[in-house]
Amino acid sequence: MRAIYLLAVNEFVDGLRNRWVAAAILLLGTMALTLLMVGSAPGGTTRAGALAVSVVSLASLSVYLLPLIALMLSFDALVGEFERGTMLLLLTYPVSRWQVVMGKFFGHLMILATAIGIGYGGAAVVTILSTETGITGWQAYLTMMASSLLLGAVFIALGYLVSVLVRERSTAAGAAVVLWLLFVVLYDLGLLGVLLADQEQKIGQTLFSALMLASPTDTYRILNLTAFDTVGQAAGIAGVAAKAGFGIPLLLSLLTAWIAVPLLATIAVFQRREL
Amino acid sequence: MDKDSSAVNAIELTGVSKCYGEKTVVHDVDLTVHAGERLVMIGHNGAGKTTLMKLMLGLTRPSSGQVQVLGDDPASSSISQRQTLGYVPESVAFHSAMKGREVLAFYAGLKGVAVAQYTDILARVGLEEAADRRVSTYSKGMRQRLGLAQAMLGEPQLLFLDEPTSGLDPSLRRQFYELIDTLSRSGTTSLISSHSLNEVEARADRIAILKNGVLLACGTITELLARTGLPIIVQLQAKPGSASELARQMSSTGEVQRIEDNNIDLLCLGSSKMELIRQIASLGDMVTDMNIVPPRLDEIYNHYMENTGPQ
Repeated sequence: MRAIYLLAVNEFVDGLRNRWVAAAILLLGTMALTLLMVGSAPGGTTRAGALAVSVVSLASLSVYLLPLIALMLSFDALVGEFERGTMLLLLTYPVSRWQVVMGKFFGHLMILATAIGIGYGGAAVVTILSTETGITGWQAYLTMMASSLLLGAVFIALGYLVSVLVRERSTAAGAAVVLWLLFVVLYDLGLLGVLLADQEQKIGQTLFSALMLASPTDTYRILNLTAFDTVGQAAGIAGVAAKAGFGIPLLLSLLTAWIAVPLLATIAVFQRREL
Repeated sequence: MDKDSSAVNAIELTGVSKCYGEKTVVHDVDLTVHAGERLVMIGHNGAGKTTLMKLMLGLTRPSSGQVQVLGDDPASSSISQRQTLGYVPESVAFHSAMKGREVLAFYAGLKGVAVAQYTDILARVGLEEAADRRVSTYSKGMRQRLGLAQAMLGEPQLLFLDEPTSGLDPSLRRQFYELIDTLSRSGTTSLISSHSLNEVEARADRIAILKNGVLLACGTITELLARTGLPIIVQLQAKPGSASELARQMSSTGEVQRIEDNNIDLLCLGSSKMELIRQIASLGDMVTDMNIVPPRLDEIYNHYMENTGPQ
């Protein structure tokens, strides 16, 4: 445990030192604040509060940004240390290989948590203080923050898998970009294309739902748009979501599986790797 | 392997081979390192020195054969055993954004070493003043010393030093070996790989010569020399005018290599050295001075490289 803690702290401090944390806070904070300000303009007159409205837009943006930030943090984590030679030394210390992976994971998670907490959280506090109706919908907003961390964790784990599988940093960087495009852009485009092509409506609701749940980013979207009534109203898809009937436990376990499986695979590959 | 031998031997390799794909980098090596000794591995680039160290550190597994370090298989032993190891990799690298002190604190934490000890080590390797500077501003020699500092954490029983003095200037090299000597006197076993033969000559208890993954020879310099059959040079100074007479008399025991003025160089085998000296002593004042020059390590090394092993 001590080793994991030390490695995590080391990774986090490294993130502070090279301004990763600062950049992420700035990015997420400005984004959230902008959306909250825009969202609160019409928000005063509708039933949904500013926070609830912005959950929809923030979740939509997070789907693009958080995987990107997470992958940028993680693609280098293992291959970079192999290349620099620091891993060689580290593994002669009383540390197991799984501890190295988990230590890094928690460290990177702390970086994301700090960025989301201060960036999104700070923006929410500013909004609450500056508008009268802003306070409603904070549960949905908190859920959005928590699930954003989960989404980030998914892509940290996926980034590690890339990082342990390739031999060079540049390959890892390329693979991370492909991964991002695939999960964030291409998969949804493909799904949309299939729906458009499906004139005879052969694809039923169940299959479509299953296809959506096969992507962690869509799982995250569904989670945020359906978890709370107020958000659903703002998103205007309350009906659709209700019909789909995904329970929150299912969505959460799916995201957890998306974290656990790549992490375990990373550890398995790492254990067998010869240095 | 009985209990006693594993207690005496810090490292024991039996028939160890290592292949990466088609390529065999270590071939059937038997090597024993006794507790408390300084064993130096010498060999060309790619001779298998680094791979042998990695095998002993448990970073890779042998393709065949057995590796025992402090009585355990390093690749499967519990990680707590690494508490007793210190390692300086060939090109030691650190997170360059960290300060020297932070680097050492991080590694000390992993080994569970107290703060007081690592600050002391910083002073011992002469990095006290640079401790609060970023590693990225360090020279190669300073990084190397930081590398040694981390290896010294927790008073290791076993030190693995892979080309530890490359990039150090002569005075730093001397300091470096003085540190190793101090550690050695307190019972640390050290395994050093090196290119600089003359440098390790005086520092090694035993020397292992490697070529293309094969262990050609291992022993003290005297033992290695005896096995090569390389001659010793005995330089004599004759009484003025009697050089040729002296040369004639000596030619029965040694081979006259050179006569110049009153100086004669004789070649003789280590085994007939004493006989030669007795003969010189019996010649009385005909010999005014003498000097014995044993072959240097690089000559021994060259001999092994040229005359033994595959290819």
